[in-house]
Amino acid sequence: MVNWANFISQVFNGLALGALLALISSGLTIIYGTLGVLNLAHGAMFMLGGYAGYVAFGYTGSFVLAVIAGSLFVALVGIGMERLIIRHFYDRPHEDQLLVTFGLGIVFVEFVRLAFGSQSQIVPPPPLLAGITSLGFMFYPTYRLAVVGIIAVALGALFIVLYRTRIGMIVRAGIEDSTMVDALGINVYRVFMIVFGIGAMAAGFAGIVNAPVVSLTPGIGDDILVQTFVVVVIGGVGSFPGAILGGLIAGEIISITSMFNPGYAYVMLFAAMTLVLVLRPYGLLGTRGRE
Amino acid sequence: MRTQRRYLVELLTALGLIAAPFILPHLGFAPNTVNRILVWGLFGIGFDILFGYTGLLSFGQSAFYGTGGFVAAYLLTRAGFPNVFLALIIGMIAAAVVGYLVGLIALRRTGIYFAMITVAIAEVFYFVEFNPLADFTGGENGLPGVPTPSFNLGFTTLHFTTGWSLYQFLAVCYFVGIVIALRVVRSPVGMIMSAIRENPLRAQAVGHNVHGYKLTAFVIAAAYAGFAGGLLGVLQAFMPPDAFLFETSGQLVMQTAIGGIGTLFGPLLGAAVWLFLQDFLQSALGLGAAWKLVLGTVFVLLVTFLRRGIIGGLKDLYVLATGGRRSAEKDDAASLSDFDGAPGSVAPMAPHKREGDRAGGPILQARGLTKRYGGLLANSDIDFTVNHGELRGVIGPNGAGKSTFFKMLTCEVAPTAGTILFEGRDITGKSVTDACQLGLTKSYQVNQLFTQLTVRENLTVAVLADLRGKFKLDLFRDPDSIPGLREQVEHTMQLVRLAGRPDTKVSNLAYGEKRRLEIGLALATSPSLLLLDEPLAGMSPQERVETVKLLKSVAQGRTMIVIDHDMDALFELVGRVTVLQEGRVLVEGTPDEIKANPAVQEAYLGGVLE
Repeated sequence: MVNWANFISQVFNGLALGALLALISSGLTIIYGTLGVLNLAHGAMFMLGGYAGYVAFGYTGSFVLAVIAGSLFVALVGIGMERLIIRHFYDRPHEDQLLVTFGLGIVFVEFVRLAFGSQSQIVPPPPLLAGITSLGFMFYPTYRLAVVGIIAVALGALFIVLYRTRIGMIVRAGIEDSTMVDALGINVYRVFMIVFGIGAMAAGFAGIVNAPVVSLTPGIGDDILVQTFVVVVIGGVGSFPGAILGGLIAGEIISITSMFNPGYAYVMLFAAMTLVLVLRPYGLLGTRGRE
Repeated sequence: MRTQRRYLVELLTALGLIAAPFILPHLGFAPNTVNRILVWGLFGIGFDILFGYTGLLSFGQSAFYGTGGFVAAYLLTRAGFPNVFLALIIGMIAAAVVGYLVGLIALRRTGIYFAMITVAIAEVFYFVEFNPLADFTGGENGLPGVPTPSFNLGFTTLHFTTGWSLYQFLAVCYFVGIVIALRVVRSPVGMIMSAIRENPLRAQAVGHNVHGYKLTAFVIAAAYAGFAGGLLGVLQAFMPPDAFLFETSGQLVMQTAIGGIGTLFGPLLGAAVWLFLQDFLQSALGLGAAWKLVLGTVFVLLVTFLRRGIIGGLKDLYVLATGGRRSAEKDDAASLSDFDGAPGSVAPMAPHKREGDRAGGPILQARGLTKRYGGLLANSDIDFTVNHGELRGVIGPNGAGKSTFFKMLTCEVAPTAGTILFEGRDITGKSVTDACQLGLTKSYQVNQLFTQLTVRENLTVAVLADLRGKFKLDLFRDPDSIPGLREQVEHTMQLVRLAGRPDTKVSNLAYGEKRRLEIGLALATSPSLLLLDEPLAGMSPQERVETVKLLKSVAQGRTMIVIDHDMDALFELVGRVTVLQEGRVLVEGTPDEIKANPAVQEAYLGGVLE
C-alpha cells in the first residue's frame, strides 16, 4: 500500500526539485530564445554557483552573502564567456555552438575538480531554516520548504524583469526576432551579453540555493543539464511559462516515480517527453518556428 | 582519373594498418592503446556519417555503444554462446534495431532539439542498464570474462588474444568498416545525406524523403556503435557499464571534432590524439587529474580556431600550398569560353513521362484556395487553371500573396481551404516531396542551394530524386552506374550554362550563376509543371535577357508558371497573365489585355481618381 505521509513528502520533494528545474530551465531557455545558442555549459553554471557560494560561505559564514556572491560570480562568468567566446559563434552553425559550449562545460567542471577535488563538499542551511517543521500530519525538513519559497521569489523576480521592465521587453522582442531588434537601433549585442549573464545567474543562484539540500560534487551539473533539456522539450523552447510548467511536471515525475523505484525515474521522465513530442512536437507552451 | 584513384584511400588505409605495429611502438604507443584507438575509430565512423555527412549532431551514441556491447557480452558470458564474431554481429543488429526505434522519436525534431533529445535518451539507457536490467548486465559490476575471438579454418585455428595479436583482428574489423563507409558515402544515399546536411528543405523539395534518409544515417551510426561496443568488451575481457555514460558520447563527439568531421578518418585521428595526450599528460608530465582540463581547453581552442579539425586544417594547408591557384585558373578559362556559346543553344530535356500524363486539357486546377495566417488572410478563394503546355505569368503588388500561392501549389504549406488538382489528381495535403515526384516543382525566390557542394553535386542530387524515386536504399551502388544520371546532369548544366564550372563549390559562384543553378535544380528533376518564383530577381539587365531566353527554351514541351516583377520581361515571355491583389484573383488575360486593364493600373499605381 502507498504510505500517504511518504507520498505527500515526495510530492513536496517534487515541488522543490520542480521549482529548481524551472529556474534553471528558464535561464537556459531565455539564452536560447534570445541568442539562438543552446548552452551545454549550463549545468556547469549550476555547479559553479554552488562552489562559489561554498567558498563565500567559508569566508563569511553567512548564507545570504553566499547566495549573493555565488549568483553574482556566475553572472560574471556568463558575461565573460559571452564576451570572449560565444560572441564569435553567433554566425556559425548550431553544431559549432554546441561543441564549444560542451567543451567549456568540461573545462569548468575539470577546473573545479582540480581546485576542490572530487569528494563532496557540504554547505549547511542557514540556522534559521535548519531542522524540521511539523505540517500537522508529517514532519518535513524546513529548508526544503524554504527552497520552494526562495525559488518562487526568484522566478517572480525573473518574471518582473522579463515582463515589466524595459530590458525585459527588449529581451522578449529579441526572442521573437533578434534581427529586427538590432534594426530598431538597439545594441543587440549588449542585450545578448546581459541575457547571457541573467541566464547564467539563474542557474548559479539555483546551484547555491540547492547546495544545502545535496552535497556538492564537480559533476553535480551533469544530471541537472539532462533534466533541464527534458524540461525545455516538454515546455517548449524559448517559453518562460513553458519552462516553469515543464519544470514542475519533471520534478513531480522524478519524485513520485522514485518513491516506487528510483531506477525508473528517468524512464518515466523520458516517456513523458516522448508523449509530448508525439502529441505536441513544439512543447506544451512552445510555438512553431522557434528552432 | 576517377577510376585510377578509386581504391587509393582503401589501399592507403590497408598499408597504414599493416605498418602501424612496426611504427607506432617507436612513438610511444602501447599495443593496448592502439587497440583502443581502433575501437574508438570504428565507433566514430558511424558517428561521422551521422554528424559529418548528414549534419545530425547526436550526444547520445553511448546508448548504442552500450547496447551492442552488452548484448554481445551477455551472449558470450552468461548465455554460453560460443562464437565471438557472431555475438558481435548480433550485438550490432540489436544496436541497429534500437537505433531505429530511438531514431523514430529523436528525428521528430531537428537542430538543438535533436541534440537535447539524444542526450536524454542516452541517459535513460544508462539508468535502465543499472537498475531494471541489472540482472542481465551485472549492474555497476558490468560483465567480466568476455572471451577473445578465434577462427577454426579446418587446418589451423587462428586465435587472437591480446596486444598485437588482437590488433590484427581489430585492424581487419576497422578496415572492413572503413571500406563499407567509403562505399556508403560515395553512393547515391551518401550524396543525398550531404545534401540534407546543407539544406534539408531543398533536399525535400527536389523529391527526397529526408526523414527516411536521416533515419538511415541514424541506424548506420547505431550499427557501427553497437559493433564497436562489442569490441570494447572483447578488448578489455570485460564489458564496463561506463560504456553507457554521457562521457562516452561526449568523448566521441570531441574526438571526431578534433580529428575533423566529415572525413571518416577524423574519429581515428582524434582518438589517437586524445589517448596519446591522456597518457602523455598523465604520466610523462605528471599532471594527474588535470589532463582532462588541458584536453578540454585544447578542444575549445580547436573548435574556435580550427573548425574543421586536424584533417580539415591539413587539407586547407595542402590546397593553399598546391592546388588552389591552378584549379582556379582552369575554372576561369573554362567559364570564359562557356560565355561565348550562344545562350539557349542546347535543347532542353523533355520531362519524363509519368503515369497519368495527358496531352491536352488542364494540368493544374486550384479551386477555392484559401490560406489564413492567424488573422491575416494571405490568399482567399482563388480559382486557377493552367492548361498543358501553357506559359503563365502571375503578377501582383508586394504582399498580394503570390509566394504563398506558389507554396500551396507545390504543397510546401497546406491550404486552409480549397483543393488542388494536378494532372486530374487531388494533391491537396500531400508533401512537397510527393508533389515533386509527381512532376511539380518550383525554383525559389531566395536561393535554396546546397552551398558546400559543387555545381555537379547539386544537380546530381536533384536528378537522383528523379531517377531513383523518393527513397531507395542503394547504399553500395556507384552513382555512375545509374543509367542516364550523367547525361541528365551534364545536360542541365549546359542548359543553365554552368558546364564550365562543374567542380566549383556553390559558395564560390557569382550571384547570377547561383540564380541559374537555382533554376537548374528545379529543372533537373524534369518536372512537367515548373513554377518559378521571381527567377529574374536581382539580375543585371544583361543577365535578365539571357535568363528570359533560357526560360523560353525550357518552356518547350513543358508547362510553366512564372512570378516576376519585371513586367516587360514577363509580358514578353508568357502567353497569359493572372493578376493577384490582396490575396484574390483580380483579373486574368493576355499581356495586352492586362496592360490595358484599368483595375490593374489602379492596383499598381494606387487609387487613380478620375
